[in-house]
Amino acid sequence: MGYVFDPAAVLTGQYLDWFIWGLATTIALTVAAWLLGMTIGIILTLVRMLPFRPLEWLVAGYVEYHRNVPLLVQILVWYFGVPQLLPRAIRMWVNSHHSEFLLAMVALGLASAAYITEDLRSGIRSIPKTQYEAARSIGFNYLQAMSYVILPQALRIVIPPLINQTLLLFKNTSLAMAIGVGELTYRTREVDSYTFKTFEAFAVATILYLAISFAIMALGSFADRRLKLEIR
Amino acid sequence: MLEILEDNWLLFLIGQYPHGPVGGLAMTLLLAAAGLSLSFPVAIALALARLSARRWLRGPATAVVYIVRGLPLIMFIFWTYFALPLLIGHTVGGVETLLFALIVYEASYLSEIIRAGIEGLPKGQVEAAKALGLGYFPTTFKIILPQVLHNMMPSLVRQFVSTIKETSLGYVISANEVTFAASQVNNQLMTQPFEVYGLLALTYFTLCFTLTSAARWLERRLTAERGGLGAQPA
Repeated sequence: MGYVFDPAAVLTGQYLDWFIWGLATTIALTVAAWLLGMTIGIILTLVRMLPFRPLEWLVAGYVEYHRNVPLLVQILVWYFGVPQLLPRAIRMWVNSHHSEFLLAMVALGLASAAYITEDLRSGIRSIPKTQYEAARSIGFNYLQAMSYVILPQALRIVIPPLINQTLLLFKNTSLAMAIGVGELTYRTREVDSYTFKTFEAFAVATILYLAISFAIMALGSFADRRLKLEIR
Repeated sequence: MLEILEDNWLLFLIGQYPHGPVGGLAMTLLLAAAGLSLSFPVAIALALARLSARRWLRGPATAVVYIVRGLPLIMFIFWTYFALPLLIGHTVGGVETLLFALIVYEASYLSEIIRAGIEGLPKGQVEAAKALGLGYFPTTFKIILPQVLHNMMPSLVRQFVSTIKETSLGYVISANEVTFAASQVNNQLMTQPFEVYGLLALTYFTLCFTLTSAARWLERRLTAERGGLGAQPA
């Protein structure tokens, strides 16, 4: 076919810089969205366990929305739709501060919060109710019972699914390319359109994605082995 | 919002059809259904290969599943977009590209569900089949898989929901499905992106939530069935 596979052509000069920037943006987006998702996920979990039904329904609605609407559509709603609703001053501020990165982070973070709260809830549910009752009966309040008795045990159960969630989040950051965030997939397409070295460019991106994914997977199976309770 | 719906509902539902290609929600459903059903045989082959005692079958199948799990779907779509025309020798449209990428992607995830289903069956099933003198293929296709498929009905519905959501990536390569249709409507209107994409989200939500609820109902029924028969929980 006359096509020479030449990875060096895309790994020099500015193209190498683009890949590095892309990878850095992907990692930054993953970390930022992870922190946001974890914070909101923990808050949602605590809120839905309060003995007040309407709050529980509200959280359930939140979870169902984020699980039943494609993530790409959520990103499009945030990027194209939400700024229209914001007051002018906030809109101006967002637009002058990399709106695409911020809004992608918000969309990804809120979506993973929905999955994280489900993982946390099923972890907490697996701790027998009597543990909570015992904690309350010796005088702990709700927060103390949660943080000293329930959470330390539940953490062991939820860490493996949370690592899996991190892997999904990492892969999903690639969707941010649709709104022009300069992450790895976006940069790869740029390198491709400048060099016409399509296969080289995508091979580099593929290897980078796989390397990080495999590292997260390895961490997951390590945690799985370490945290499994010995049956006595 | 209602006005947008009034003017564009046909485009949302079926695209340009019958004056042009099928698009919109119809194409989304078509793609998801075709993607999942065509990936099914591949998924069974992958699952059986991963459980095989032969290393030359197990190794490559495991590698495929891990690579697919480690890559974003969008990477697959781009690989297909560039490589498929070279492989088959002529250009392919966005819809075909998306379909092919979905088949490979879904097959890997589905194969994990099937594998878990096979491993979850009591060992006695295989032993009993062997004791009756059945070979590998009759055991697999007449004893194991029918039970596994019955048990995995809820997961299958959930996988269908995931596939529907994944077809939204057609937007990136201009495949004519409902997200792409919405972006076209948005480009025409210019001024009401929140309403257009809100409607799109609502459309997906209605469709997927109905299916998720169906999956839950199936799950409850299966659990009740197992309890009723006095079988051990998997």
